[in-house]
Amino acid sequence: MSSVSTNEIKREFLKSKMGLTGVFILLGLVLVSIITISTIPVSTFQEWNNPEKWILYPKTSVPSWVNLLSSEKIPEHKIIDAEIFESNKDEIFLVSQQFGVSFEYDDFPSDFIFVTKTKYSDSHLVQIKVIRPDGIILEILSTSLPHSEIDTIHNQRYFSTDSMIKKNLNAYKDKFQFDFSIGATEIIFSDLNENQVQKGNYIFIMDTYGIGEPAQVLESKMILGGKTFGLMGTDELRRDLAVGLLWGTPLALFIGISVSIGSVVVGLVYGVYSGYKGKKTDEAMMRFNDVIYALPALPFLIILAVTISNSIFLMIGFLMIFSWVGIAKVSRSMSLQIKTRQYVEAAKIMGQKDSKIIFRHIIPQLLPYAFASIAISVPAAITTEAGLSFLGLGDPSFPTWGQILHDANTYGATAQGFWWWIVPPGILIAITGLAFVFIGNALDVIVNPKLKR
Amino acid sequence: MFGVLMITLLLTISLVGSNMDTILKQGIIYQVRAEITENTSIVQGFNDPEEFEKFVQQKIDERIKTLGLDTPWYSPQRLGYTMYKILILDFGNATFLISDSGSSNVGEIIFEKMPKTILLFTTATIIISIIGIVLGAASSNKIGSKIDRMTSTFAVISSSFPVWWVGMLMIFVFAFVYQIFPARATPNIASDDPGYFLALLYHMTLPVITIVLIGFGAWAYLVRNFMVGIMQEDFITAKKTMGISKKKIVYSHALRNAAPPIVTILALSLSGSLGGAIITEAVFDWPGMGRLYFEAISVMDLPVIIGSTYILTVLFLVSIFIADLLYGYFDPRVRTSN
Repeated sequence: MSSVSTNEIKREFLKSKMGLTGVFILLGLVLVSIITISTIPVSTFQEWNNPEKWILYPKTSVPSWVNLLSSEKIPEHKIIDAEIFESNKDEIFLVSQQFGVSFEYDDFPSDFIFVTKTKYSDSHLVQIKVIRPDGIILEILSTSLPHSEIDTIHNQRYFSTDSMIKKNLNAYKDKFQFDFSIGATEIIFSDLNENQVQKGNYIFIMDTYGIGEPAQVLESKMILGGKTFGLMGTDELRRDLAVGLLWGTPLALFIGISVSIGSVVVGLVYGVYSGYKGKKTDEAMMRFNDVIYALPALPFLIILAVTISNSIFLMIGFLMIFSWVGIAKVSRSMSLQIKTRQYVEAAKIMGQKDSKIIFRHIIPQLLPYAFASIAISVPAAITTEAGLSFLGLGDPSFPTWGQILHDANTYGATAQGFWWWIVPPGILIAITGLAFVFIGNALDVIVNPKLKR
Repeated sequence: MFGVLMITLLLTISLVGSNMDTILKQGIIYQVRAEITENTSIVQGFNDPEEFEKFVQQKIDERIKTLGLDTPWYSPQRLGYTMYKILILDFGNATFLISDSGSSNVGEIIFEKMPKTILLFTTATIIISIIGIVLGAASSNKIGSKIDRMTSTFAVISSSFPVWWVGMLMIFVFAFVYQIFPARATPNIASDDPGYFLALLYHMTLPVITIVLIGFGAWAYLVRNFMVGIMQEDFITAKKTMGISKKKIVYSHALRNAAPPIVTILALSLSGSLGGAIITEAVFDWPGMGRLYFEAISVMDLPVIIGSTYILTVLFLVSIFIADLLYGYFDPRVRTSN
């Protein structure tokens, strides 16, 4: 084994196209992780399994960039925040919440919902109207907030499926040239002459009238139901897949890197010690190594996950148990060679302690090899963890890529054609694996003179 | 090797042992109660419910004692007995799962599923190795050529995709978008139907394609590396100077010399794929050992778990052993002097 200096490795590595590609991909992934951790609040990821959190999102909708690729524009699911105007005329206070939406799609939205939270006392009147692109104003709902003597906080949702809305719309029947036996959304967003989408800017206005005191709007949103959402679409449980995929990145890197570093360190020290000691110690340690090697890893990982715990940290430990064996074997044979070198023998004669010889003189020689093996063993750790999660044995509180694929499989995403739920997690797993394989292979070629051809 | 087998067994039993005891005890309590309440004459013999309870409890304790469940699972006699029974392939009865023929004997269930797993993975491995050896030899013939670079790139890329994910994609594309192959790999007809085997083969196509697609790149790359090593040995150079055509050298002389490591890895990868079968079979719903294992885990059918782990370990060890023997057979340098 020829020792290669650090500078040499650096120089050689910079020459390797493969290695550089790997480093670039890895840097990209790290960047994504950092951005994710710093921008997406941790609470989102803790509430991954909380259906309450995702109630306003659409169910299994395709990513919205699909519209860029097809000529037919599928309506996007929009969550619109209100612009609030207040005015006061003769003791009558008007709070006007306005939702502007530019609707340029080829299909009607599936529905719309107004979600409001107001603080008020006494009685208040609520009127909802819409100004269409052709200037027609439709008054679609007039109702009131429940009467209250004291200050109350009231949550209210108005649905487009409300029968009152349909009834109010019947007043405009003569303006439209088609049959009115359709849903309210299909009428509001329709052209006058035939039942087709009228594209343009719609303004929805929700006016709250109160006498003596204005109602205080604490929260106000309009949800325009559509079939596309966000960067990555949503899944059956209405979860925004972009959030899950982004959070999966740091998790996958964490799992992969900690498993590989842990197992390489253990394997290295174990192998070197065994090789250095030799004789009976070596024999016993290598037999133990053989035992672990002969255990079928995946069945045992499954049993461990089921009987002990499926917490992500323990899982990392379990993965380490099965991945240090090969490294121990190789580093043992390497240390057998190194220990016969003169400087090691000199150190021994000088009476240095075994631990010092191992850590000072032998292990540094093996470091380049160790780095290469760390990089090479990362993908296996990531895919194994993903596989376990896919079988439903992963930690359900963490949205790993395997977990997302597991959910996809349980809800029959393949059968229903939810490609955006299946393809991205797998590609991310593969990209992450590729980055480490590239780096590892490039390093391996440099530190392993046998492969240099 | 035997020692390894025993340790595996010991580990499995110790991992599931305490769970198994609780389940067994609950089973006994249920059984005893059912027996007593069914027998009305015993029930009528008691006036006081408390006394009756006492009687039932006594019966339960007796039963537990006769079955030896009063000692914990790690007591030497029980451990020895369990291991002995497993050694002679008597796994007892499954708690929930039954075989297709309706038996709940774990041994029967496993031996019914095993041929299917072996069929699927042996077929796939044979195809992979043929494609791999041909491609690997071809690319080692012309290092740096287009085919060589394509093989290497494909090897790296394909090995970083999880097989089961590609399986999901394949099902999506070939079973739902283009309806060529069935999505579930389990045939619908009964297993004693004459057309069953053909149906099984048809259902097997998609899994085999998937496994081959992911596997052959790495194989070709491996074979290529072995061949490159051998092509630099002296005897090849000698053959070259003798004027034997390069094609002949590559395909007959070098390939024969690359055989020992290739065969060894073939045996190892075959047994290794058995472990990986769990996820692959779960995706394709292939009625083999892997799916059995997965089902056993999801309903915690402990006898089946212990039995399958044992069989998987045996298979794995046997193939390591065979690989060692084959290596010695093919490579005369390994043969010892006696």
